[in-house]
This record gives sequence, structure tokens and C-alpha cells, in this order.
Amino acid sequence: MSLSTAAERETIPEPRIGRSWHVVLPPLCYLAVAVAMIAYTQQVPLDGIERGSLNLPFVLRRTWEHVLLVFFSTVLVLAVALPLGIVLTRPGLRRVTPYALALANLGQAIPAVGMVVLLAVLFRIGFWTAVAALFAYSLLPTLRNTMVGLEQVDPRLVDAGRGIGMSAAGVLAKVELPMAVPVILSGVRTTLVLNVGTAGIAAFIGAGGLGDLITAGVSTQRNLVLVTGCVLIAVLALIVDWLGGLAQRLLSPKGLS
Amino acid sequence: MAEPSTHGVPIELRKVTKAFPGGRAPAVRELDLTIAAGEIVVLVGPSGCGKTTTMRMINRLIEPTSGDILIDGRSSRDIDPDLLRRHIGYVIQQAGLFPHMTVASNIAQVPKLLGWDRRRIAERVDELLTLVGLEPATFRDAFPRRLSGGQQQRVGVARALAADPPVLLMDEPFGALDPISRQRLQDELLRLQDDLSKTIVFVTHDIDEALKLGDHIAIMQRPGHIVQYARPAEILTNPADEYVEQFLGAGSSMRLLSLTKVGDIELDQVPYAAEDADARDVLATVERDGRGYALILDGMRRPQRWVTTAHLKGREGPVGMVGDEVSGVIGRRKTLQDALEELLNADTDVVPVTGRHQAYEGALSLATVQNAIQSIKARERERRMVRLGREEGG
Repeated sequence: MSLSTAAERETIPEPRIGRSWHVVLPPLCYLAVAVAMIAYTQQVPLDGIERGSLNLPFVLRRTWEHVLLVFFSTVLVLAVALPLGIVLTRPGLRRVTPYALALANLGQAIPAVGMVVLLAVLFRIGFWTAVAALFAYSLLPTLRNTMVGLEQVDPRLVDAGRGIGMSAAGVLAKVELPMAVPVILSGVRTTLVLNVGTAGIAAFIGAGGLGDLITAGVSTQRNLVLVTGCVLIAVLALIVDWLGGLAQRLLSPKGLS
Repeated sequence: MAEPSTHGVPIELRKVTKAFPGGRAPAVRELDLTIAAGEIVVLVGPSGCGKTTTMRMINRLIEPTSGDILIDGRSSRDIDPDLLRRHIGYVIQQAGLFPHMTVASNIAQVPKLLGWDRRRIAERVDELLTLVGLEPATFRDAFPRRLSGGQQQRVGVARALAADPPVLLMDEPFGALDPISRQRLQDELLRLQDDLSKTIVFVTHDIDEALKLGDHIAIMQRPGHIVQYARPAEILTNPADEYVEQFLGAGSSMRLLSLTKVGDIELDQVPYAAEDADARDVLATVERDGRGYALILDGMRRPQRWVTTAHLKGREGPVGMVGDEVSGVIGRRKTLQDALEELLNADTDVVPVTGRHQAYEGALSLATVQNAIQSIKARERERRMVRLGREEGG
């Protein structure tokens, strides 16, 4: 059979995404905003209370705590939501699915502050209680997207995989999960951004983070402290979202779009 | 080919039943089917007749409720389903290619499962792409999304053939293609099958596809049983019952024309002579024959020219270059339908029929084809009478 030139034209190489330099432009802008904000607070004259909340080591420590809160809660979400999402989409367990989703929904339906305080009352004040609260609050997006991502895989592909002799686990690893990666990662991205925002509330139960600046700013009526906390959280959220987007583009299998 | 290909093996279904939980009637009921090695068997019927279920029980994508399926004499129950499937090619509608893998990677899946080394797999991929008519250099690293439907289906066939299985299962593989691509892929499947002689179980709801591809056709009816299992020609001339007749629809005689090969009917014989024959002898033969013309063959018995009495009168010595050149010939492997087309377009009323090495075998005219149609019809009528008589007698 003669090959049409159209077919040859259609097999041009996939565009290389995420390689060009302007991809790193947004995070550089975000960082510039954060640096400008911190530089400003170091320049202007501050009173004693402000100085206590805005000195550089204090701000950096709170930022690091914030990152850790987000990191541990997200890792926990991944460790639970991915296996759970996989198990809940296996044919035998479809009946349990609505209940599991209802439970995850409940976590998100309870107001975040209430959740944090409730857990602090039930357990104790501190970092890990905050991580647990963040986990409960941000489990749903990743869990639901894992399930949706796996369920929307064309059943004919699963059939083809089994039909050529792949085991059930083989089809999951080689066909279903790769095909679901874009959807799962967009859920993870939502979880991450949710966590950055909600982690601000951890300050209420003494878990630290940039929320400290906000609560301190509010309680001492120092607007500069309050605004600094807000700006840094926003910048962190934007950077994390950008990282999530980058991961989504780099990890999604080629040949899909 | 790097290694000789595995030929087909026989498959036997014995009283196979499949009842789905919750279904009132079984989807397949006590089905017996014997498939000879190296044959294409087409399961055809309306949707819900159990044809796909039957096919999927062969590679145990669906487990039979009862009964036994023997592949090359071995019960499929005794083989691990995943291992079984690695030795049965599987082609589905719209190819079912994995969109996130390149063409090469799609084809390589089964060899990888079987633990072939990388070089052997790469060689096999290129060999298969060439076999299904795709240029390896162009298509190897392409993603399925960038291929046309027909090209995807070719890759699907290549993937099924990757580990050289003796059996292929094809579930409406060409169903979603446009008519031209479908016809071309059907032709190529037949061409491939000439070389490979796999045992192929082919599911379709298109009776024309079934008649074209099948060595045997199993016409199925709801719920899950076979009404008739026979060769295409027999199904056309001798449908088992009204259901089969209805399923065949109108135009059985025309379809029979497209099933019957030129070589299968009685050909005309016209007087012929070699190029070096004496013109006077040829003239004598032509006059004895009474039709007024003869065919001149070359040294390889290939038809060259038509000579008439007018050409030959008064000539002496070898006939040589006299006469009108033969404008077209019909190969004996052509269908009667194609032959009819050739005849209607030919310059002469009679067209020579050639066999191996384009050697003369006989001739065809419209009258010959008409006789063939009539004898087919007569045979059909006779069989119907016999059947009616049998039914009245019973």
C-alpha cells in the first residue's frame, strides 16, 4: 500500500513541552513579589511588636513551617487517596464507592477552622494535629480525581489489555494509571493549593506557619504584619500551583492530546 | 520472515453455555462448533445473538458456565487465562491501541510479556509493520492518535500477530471504518491469511463481510445458538431456514456471482494455435469450428491475438503477426462479478481466461456467465424443492 504524504506529515515529532525558558517566568515574578515584600518590611521603621513578627529569621522559619505543613499533609493525602482510589474503582468494590466519597466529602464540608479546632480538642495542640486536619480537609480532590481518572479510561483499552494477556495488575500499571495521570495530577494540584491556604489556620492550634503572621497582625492590629503574612501565603500558593502545573505537563503521558 | 510462522490449530467448542447472572435466558446455549485449523470462521448475527460472547469464551475473557473449549485438543480450562491469551491474537473494533504508547510499543506488548529480548522485539516490530503495509521508519515512533482509522487497525492486526499466535480472534475489527478502507483491509486480511494460515474467529454483523472473508460461516440467532454452519456458497444456495434467508436479504444470486471464481465454472473452448502454426492449418481449424475466429498463443501459451477467417484467407506459412491484439484477459481466480465487469468493458464478445503464468485456459462470454447464473439458480431451486418435499414428508 502506498503511503500518503499526509500520513508522513502527520507524524511530526511531539512538541517538547516545559523546555523553553519562559516557563520559569511566572515563578520568578512570584518570588520577586515576595522578596520585595520582605525587603520593604526590613526598610521601613518598625515598632517593637512589628519587629518581633517581621524579623527575617522569624519570617523564614514560619515560611519553612508552612512548607512542611503542606508537604506532610500532601504526602499523607497521596499515600491514602491513590491506593484508596485504585481499590474503590476495582469491579468488586464499586458498591462501597458512594460511602467512601461521602466520608471524604464530610471532611471538606466541615469548615476548615472548625475541623482544626475540633481535632485539637480531640487530640492535642501541635504540628501533627494540624497535618491531620489538613489531610482530612484536602483528601477529597485527590481521591475523587483518582477515581474519576481511572473510571474514564476507555473500557475497550482495559479489554484490549486483558485480551492480549496482561494481568489485571499489568493493565492497571501499564494502561489505566498512565491514562489517568493527567486527571489525578490535577486533583493533587487542587489538594496542594488547598493545603497552602488552609495551613494558615494551623496557627490557631500552635502549629506555626505563616498563619502566625496573620493572627499576630490581627490581634495586635498591625496591618503590615497581617499583609505580609497574606502576601507570603498567596505567593507560596502560586508557586506550588505552578509546580503542580509543571508536574502535570511533564508527567502526563505523551500522545494523549 | 525471520522465523517460520506458526500455522493455525483446530478449535472445538463442546456444548458451551454461558448464563450471565441476572439474565433470564443464557447468552449462549449448548453451542457446538468445530473450527478446522487454518480456516477463517465468521460468527455472524444480529446484536445480542451471543456471537461476541462465544468469541470471548475462546480466550476466557468470559468464562463459560458449562461445556468445554478445546484449542489444539487441549482444554482451555487447564491453561492460565493470561498465558492462554498471550498465544491468541486479539483484535477489536477501532483497534484498541494504547494511546499513550507509540506504535512500536503497542506492538511490543505481548513479546515483552513473553520475555523476548529487546533486539528480537525491535526486529519483530519492523517485520510486522512491513507485513501490514506500514513503513516502519515512518510509523514506528508515531502515536496512534496521529494515524488514520485504517492505519490504526493495521497496527491492531500487527499487535495481534506479534508473538506469532496460532489463533486470532477478531471482534468486528473493520466495523468503524469507511467502506473503502474496510474493503482494502478485508482484501489484505485475505492476502495475509494466504501466507499465515492462522485459525481466525471473526465476529461481524455484516453478512457481506462474512460471505467475503469466511471459509465457514456460523449464522447465529438469539438467544445464543447457531442456525447454520456452512461454507458461504452453501449458505447462499441452501439457507437452512427462513431466518437465514431473511438475514441474507435480497440479491443472493448476485452475491453468489461474487463468491464464484471463474475457474469454478465451465469455460468456453475456442480454437487456438501457436504463432508458428501454418496459416492454412489454422484456417481449416477455424472453418471446422464454425465460429469464424481463433486465438493465437505465444510460446508460453499466453493469448496474443484474435484471427478471423478474413485475416487468414489466402495466407501461407506461419500466422505470425496477423490479427487483432487481445485487449484483455480474465484471471481464473477472479470472481464472476469481476469477470462480468471485464466482459461488459471488453472490445470483443469473447475474452480469454488465463491461469498460472498467464497461460490460456479457456474463454468467457456473456452467454457463459448467463449459463452459470442459470445453473446456480436451478441448483438453488432444486435444493429448495428437496427441502420442501422433506418438510412435507416429515
